[in-house]
Amino acid sequence: MTDTEQMQKTLVSMTVNGVERSAEVESRTLLVHYLRDHLGLTGTHVGCDTSQCGACVVNVDGRTTKACTFFAVQVQGATVETIEGLAHDGVYHPVQEGFWEEHGLQCGYCTPGMIMSSVSLLKRNPNPTDAEIRHELEGNICRCTGYENIVRSVRYAAEKVRAGS
Amino acid sequence: MFPGAFTYSRPATVSDAVALLVDNPDAKILAGGHSLVPAMKLRLAMPSALVDLRDITELQGVEASDDSVTIRAMATYNDVRDHEGAAAALPILVEAINVVGDAQVRDHGTLVGSLVHNDPAADLTAVALALGGDVHATGPNGDRSISLDDFFVDLWTTTLEPDEVVTHVTLNRPSQHSRMAYRKFAHPASGYAIVGVAAVLGMDGDTVSQARVALTGAASTATRLSSVETAITGQALTEESVEAAIRDVTAGLTINGDQFAPEAYRAHLVEVLTKRALLGTQA
Ligand SMILES: Cc1cc2nc3c(=O)[nH]c(=O)nc-3n(C[C@H](O)[C@H](O)[C@H](O)COP(=O)(O)OP(=O)(O)OC[C@H]3O[C@@H](n4cnc5c(N)ncnc54)[C@H](O)[C@@H]3O)c2cc1C
Ligand code: FES
Ligand code: FES
Repeated sequence: MTDTEQMQKTLVSMTVNGVERSAEVESRTLLVHYLRDHLGLTGTHVGCDTSQCGACVVNVDGRTTKACTFFAVQVQGATVETIEGLAHDGVYHPVQEGFWEEHGLQCGYCTPGMIMSSVSLLKRNPNPTDAEIRHELEGNICRCTGYENIVRSVRYAAEKVRAGS
Repeated sequence: MFPGAFTYSRPATVSDAVALLVDNPDAKILAGGHSLVPAMKLRLAMPSALVDLRDITELQGVEASDDSVTIRAMATYNDVRDHEGAAAALPILVEAINVVGDAQVRDHGTLVGSLVHNDPAADLTAVALALGGDVHATGPNGDRSISLDDFFVDLWTTTLEPDEVVTHVTLNRPSQHSRMAYRKFAHPASGYAIVGVAAVLGMDGDTVSQARVALTGAASTATRLSSVETAITGQALTEESVEAAIRDVTAGLTINGDQFAPEAYRAHLVEVLTKRALLGTQA
């Protein structure tokens, strides 16, 4: 491969939190860097950078996605939802509210990914058991909470969503 | 982490994808990317071109018929798990998919990609082998089918040619009177199988009339446990018959050993999980 090919950039566009966004990136640019470095959406974190920890989780076309395990070019044309898109007009999403009410975080590093995974888990299963919550959050690692309050937070959100519907 | 640079393309048809592979022997197919992308980030793989299959509509979807389940190349684990026909016909798929990786891996990783990648600790390789069926591929010389029994060769190696694209896999649907199960002992950190055993049994009343039993995690590739298959066939499925059938289960196998699971420990797990899989089979 020649140097010019290596430097080649392509315009990658996608809908992020309801807004059309685009940036010129190399094909090897990861989605997480596209979001953080090119769009300035730094709510999505990089933890392990090796597909293990889930700090980078976003939703892509309704699928729960580790943004460190996708190239931005793969997501060209897709609809992406990040932590920044959850609250509306100063009102938290029920999952965010759950993490607040039930003390679902300590340092907060894992939290954006934890919340995004929980949002997609509740879309798939609005009434999960604790075991189902734990199983679906296996890809999200938390070094602080011991997970107990995270499970409570998701349960809180599930109840809130069910009560509201 | 940044992988080496590569050119990226999204062909619209299988023949365009094959043409791109023929043009550049260094190009690689990209499916869900959950094996390839981590390997590229670690620069264990440095393909100069990626051919992404995501726009090829004929590679999407799952179908269940009376005698088989067809899983197309871009069907993710969750697409398979959530397909009612496939889940009802082959409950072992649901059982195994639920213990693969995590929610993100299941939402993007493809079953076909797992077979092609042939990680020695993958789950669905053993399950596919226990069900039996065919891998269907398209290359520059046209289409061909490869029996799953002839597909897995060695660590990360299959009989697929580098310029072939797998379009789909057909998994056999056993007779009505069948029982199946997958049992896995997962690595506590990676979640991959230290040992996994899949068993698919045809039953004639209480007697095992047909058996396909496959092992993953323990050897360099998923492999059938033919001594167990032979020994259990014709027997009633009891604690005693299973104990007898697994007596020589590791004979002829080269069992992996590492810091976490030395050879003797893994060999023991092969016995335990083969027993659990056989006795745990359900209709
Ligand atoms: C955190 C994590 C945990 C995991 N845990 C498990 C686990 O517990 N058990 C398990 O079994 N797996 C596990 N996996 C691996 C996962 O199951 C595989 O990544 C996945 O199934 C492979 O499919 P893919 O679509 O991601 O393939 P890709 O990564 O896109 O491709 C894998 C390889 O197959 C080739 N390929 C893919 N599709 C085709 C095709 N149609 N034709 C020709 N070549 C093709 C590619 O060129 C590449 O070489 C895990 C992965 C991660 C990231
Ligand atoms: S940063 Fe993506 S999984 Fe850890
Ligand atoms: S709150 Fe600190 S890692 Fe989860």
